[in-house]
Amino acid sequence: MVIVIAIIGVMALVGLFFGLVLAFANKKLAVEMNPLIHVVEDVLPKGQCGACGYAGCQAYAEAVVLDKDVSPSLCIPGKKAVSEQVAKLTGKAAAEIEPQYAFIKCCQPAVGNNKYDYSGINDCLAATLCQGGPKECKYGCIGLGTCVKQCVFDALQINENGLPEVDEEKCTGCGKCATACPKKVIAMIPAGSHVSVHCNSLDTGAVVRKICKVGCIGCGVCVKQCPYSAIIMKDNLAVIDSSICMDKCDNSVCLEKCPSKVIRTYKISLPEIKNAV
Amino acid sequence: MLGKLKWGIHPETHKTPTEEKTIESNALPLKVILPVSQHIGTPSRPIIKKGDVVKKGQLIAEGSGPVSSNIHATLSGKVAEVSERPHPIMGTCLAITIENDGLDEWAEDVLTERDWQNLDNAEIIQIIKDAGIVGMGGATFPSNVKLSPPKDNKIDTLIINGAECEPFLTADHRMMLEHSERIAVGILILKKVLGLENVILGIEDNKTNAIKVMDKALAGTNVKVMAIPTRYPHGAEKILIRTILNREVPSGKLPMSIGVVVQNVATAVAVCDAVRNGIPLVERIVTVSGSAIAEPKNLKLRIGTSFAHAVEQCGGFKVTPEKIIMGGPFMGVTQYTTDVPIIKGTNGILAFTKEEIQCGPQSPCIRCGQCLKACPMGLNPSMLSILGERSFAEEALNEYHLLDCMECGCCAYVCPAKRRIVHYIRYSKKLSAQKGGQ
Repeated sequence: MVIVIAIIGVMALVGLFFGLVLAFANKKLAVEMNPLIHVVEDVLPKGQCGACGYAGCQAYAEAVVLDKDVSPSLCIPGKKAVSEQVAKLTGKAAAEIEPQYAFIKCCQPAVGNNKYDYSGINDCLAATLCQGGPKECKYGCIGLGTCVKQCVFDALQINENGLPEVDEEKCTGCGKCATACPKKVIAMIPAGSHVSVHCNSLDTGAVVRKICKVGCIGCGVCVKQCPYSAIIMKDNLAVIDSSICMDKCDNSVCLEKCPSKVIRTYKISLPEIKNAV
Repeated sequence: MLGKLKWGIHPETHKTPTEEKTIESNALPLKVILPVSQHIGTPSRPIIKKGDVVKKGQLIAEGSGPVSSNIHATLSGKVAEVSERPHPIMGTCLAITIENDGLDEWAEDVLTERDWQNLDNAEIIQIIKDAGIVGMGGATFPSNVKLSPPKDNKIDTLIINGAECEPFLTADHRMMLEHSERIAVGILILKKVLGLENVILGIEDNKTNAIKVMDKALAGTNVKVMAIPTRYPHGAEKILIRTILNREVPSGKLPMSIGVVVQNVATAVAVCDAVRNGIPLVERIVTVSGSAIAEPKNLKLRIGTSFAHAVEQCGGFKVTPEKIIMGGPFMGVTQYTTDVPIIKGTNGILAFTKEEIQCGPQSPCIRCGQCLKACPMGLNPSMLSILGERSFAEEALNEYHLLDCMECGCCAYVCPAKRRIVHYIRYSKKLSAQKGGQ
């Protein structure tokens, strides 16, 4: 009995000792952390996509709370709602976030248009190491799905043509796919764009004609036809300024006039997107 | 010094089809395609335009920047095009196409005989630079840069690389047998420029006749000819230095940093031609071999000749090849068309049939460790390939010395799981470069 009491006594003393040490350490070594950081972090969508330019959602939360110069509107996936909430929590003014979506600037099927059979690693970047990739067009989408692997929101999928397809409802516009694409075929375009150029080729018309049926040949018809000068030719490729398009145009003549039909309507129409946001 | 070699591999050499065949130079091509990027460094800048008439040896694109190289017309004729053309390494590249006028005339300012012994070193380096000479073993590093080391690197040894360790290739071997005098002169010029005494010519011991011939050609000079064991990849400069001098090039450094310069035998010939005879780099020796070639040969070809023309000189293809490679089977680059031109670093054109190519599906790494034994750089290819598979480029770079890999392919050769180890490593290198650039 005495032994049992002694053991309990000793254990209690040991427990008390360590308890005091821990209590002391807790006071003395405590890391000061603004509780607001946790609140802000909870508001963020937790995709850890890095679109804000920080290592993840926590890093951005820390930065936005502690640094008064960091804008509360950097979270692109979170769109307007998150931006406003973060602004409110941190007492900053929310900037306007243009909702944007990933857009694949190529519609030449990735199968059947290759200059050689590629049998290496299943990754676009790895394929570009072999003579710039198997696709005949050096600007075109290789279709091995590096962008699909990068997408944390599951918004990309390879379709039957071997090209990635964007699910606009899931796409948050973080731009991770666009950064990963070795051919820079993915562009981020503002939601609500009427039309877009489905080609990425900077080759001259003659070269494009030879290797692709659905490539921009740089003829410039669209530039002449557009009444609002929203289209310019840059390095043999038509470039559309979506903001002019969205503001002014309701009759896209460029769609009919394009001889290779690379200018196409964008899938989701404007009202649908507005509702989604 | 030449202790038991524990690294590398000893593949079947496949050199018999061409090693006995003298270098041939046959019909000139109808046109040559000269890419502006034939060397490591900045691409050259074309100084001619479409329609100009050029002569053989005329400067048509000049080097821009400190590491770059001049390019000369390799035929006399008219410039037909300055446009994007297929390139054996880069896919496509800006290139100058010259149509042959059949005269094959030299430009006036070349072909000046010089007494090289009385030239001073700066002059010789300038001649080498003007002649557009680059490392002819395949790496194509501009030679003048190698010959002008920074002041704080004291160079004490010049190694001439006659190893030619890649299977099938016999271009350097034939060069040593047939042009030993030019090699000897080239070596002496290089020796004079670097101002050193210790010069070693390393030749693999499966080329005994070349060793004898070179010994004779270099008699009376203090250049040592050394037989080194036949082992792949002995032609890689870092490995050659280790075997011959027992010195290790530190990670991430050039051989210059330990006082060594390595030049290929073919480069020595080009140096001799340029300095002694005033001939710029317009042609090179190419081995055309492989099971799909009707009659394998060693050819002397103008730079810019298309692969198709070279293969035609060898009786064409026996069967439709499954794979065409520029360079050796280990470090060569697979081609998708025979329209690509021969560039300064093309030492071989190999065409293989389906039976000869091992192209099975790869399976997961079983960590047998074969690749660790084979790796001449002492790396861990198994781990590098696994990290590559998972796109962990940063870890491969920082913890597994990714950049020390020279992509010799020993690991992929011995791998029982047929993993594309070199491809994974190249992928990781590209990935880490991309991440670093962002």
